[in-house]
Amino acid sequence: MSSGEKYVAAAYGVVFVAVLVYVAIIAAKLARLERETAELAELARRRSDG
Amino acid sequence: MTYLGAVTTLARKDLRLELRARDTLPAMLLFVLSTLVVFHFALPTGADEVAAQGLLWVALVFTALLGLARAWAPEREGGALDGLVLAPNDRSAIWLGKSVAVFVFLAAIELVALPAFALFFSPLSAAAVAGVLLANVGICAVGTLLAAMATASRTRELILPLLFLPLAIPLVVGGVGASVSTEPGRYLTFLGLYDAVFAILCWASFEYVVSE
Amino acid sequence: MLAALAATLVGIAIVLTFFVAPEDADQGISQKIFYFHVPIALTAYACFGWGAWKALRLLWTRGERYDLESYVAIHQGTIFGALTLATGSIWAKASWGKWWVWDSNQLVLFLVLFLFYSAYFMLRFSIEEGPRRANVSAVYALFGVALIPISFLAIRLAEDFIHPTTFTRDGPQMTGTMFFAFCVAWLAMSVLAYALYRVELLGKRLDANLRDLREALTA
Repeated sequence: MSSGEKYVAAAYGVVFVAVLVYVAIIAAKLARLERETAELAELARRRSDG
Repeated sequence: MTYLGAVTTLARKDLRLELRARDTLPAMLLFVLSTLVVFHFALPTGADEVAAQGLLWVALVFTALLGLARAWAPEREGGALDGLVLAPNDRSAIWLGKSVAVFVFLAAIELVALPAFALFFSPLSAAAVAGVLLANVGICAVGTLLAAMATASRTRELILPLLFLPLAIPLVVGGVGASVSTEPGRYLTFLGLYDAVFAILCWASFEYVVSE
Repeated sequence: MLAALAATLVGIAIVLTFFVAPEDADQGISQKIFYFHVPIALTAYACFGWGAWKALRLLWTRGERYDLESYVAIHQGTIFGALTLATGSIWAKASWGKWWVWDSNQLVLFLVLFLFYSAYFMLRFSIEEGPRRANVSAVYALFGVALIPISFLAIRLAEDFIHPTTFTRDGPQMTGTMFFAFCVAWLAMSVLAYALYRVELLGKRLDANLRDLREALTA
């Protein structure tokens, strides 16, 4: 790869990785939110039973 | 009380407080002079006269920051800001009064700093002095509002420079340009533009900064 | 649906960039960076503008939701701004051999804006949550959009005594297909930014709702 091509690849790569990182962060957040909703659902169930 | 009356009263109060307490002004004065001396040692030999002109602006910006950090201190310590905000005046009068006071402080400092600079480094053109005055307006207008924002923050003195410096960059460009360029008029006009735009913005938005 | 659209557009943009648009005579293949770099920059401006608009709505109507919308928009803008700096830096290295050049007005402008908006987050997170924080953030966001043109002017003016301009800025004369590819890339970036904005907003709203729910249940 000529040096020019390397830089182009680097630039696009950076953008791509950034988007991937973003998606990963969102995924982690979703997992956490899911855990929390499960917790809260449990709490609510206990509340309505007790 | 009329709007201008309120502004004048507020500004006079600040000036009187400072005259009595005499803590901020001497500190700023000493700071700017020390900074100028440091710059002498920071400039390698053979450095331009032009570079020195630039450093004047660095000194001014940081001295202003020093003063601005304490700008709202009397109100904060006395809890007076809440009292002021509740008063039936247009709240922007509070900002204007404070800005005027800060402007007077800064100008007083510059009365000493500019001749000192001319003594230590190189003489200042009339355009440079005009630039300083115009930039002052911008510094005081924006700085006073940002300082009010900083009082709402946990990190107060720490955050004011972070807020202020990006907004100060155009002022530095205008000021240095007025000092060194062969066509200072353009830069002075630009400084005027900055002042107009940001003064209006500050005047309109101050009440949101201090209210819930 | 939105994400799918964004993904498709980005895909089309890449294909166009590499296979359809002709290679630039002067800069060779590194000019291809331009197809992403400039749309990212434009999108960042748009995000900041959007954030400022939401901020204005907040101050005007005191509607609580605008605070979060403004914040997320500015967050996106800052991310895209950082990407602009990164891609711009790579482009600088590819074109002129250095990782940073003060000659590119756009890069310098983004540096200033990046500093400004980074301070936004420092400010926001040092204030207690509540209407005060919302108001202060909104005013700061408005200052940001005022700063954009003023800084741009300042940087132009500064050229005279900082650096003589030796390079013409980005944007070589574009042929028809190049322009088309550019526009598609721009559209792609905008849609991507909007998709990310919606996702982040959704996430933050969910967070807030869950917190309220938790408080209600454990009271």
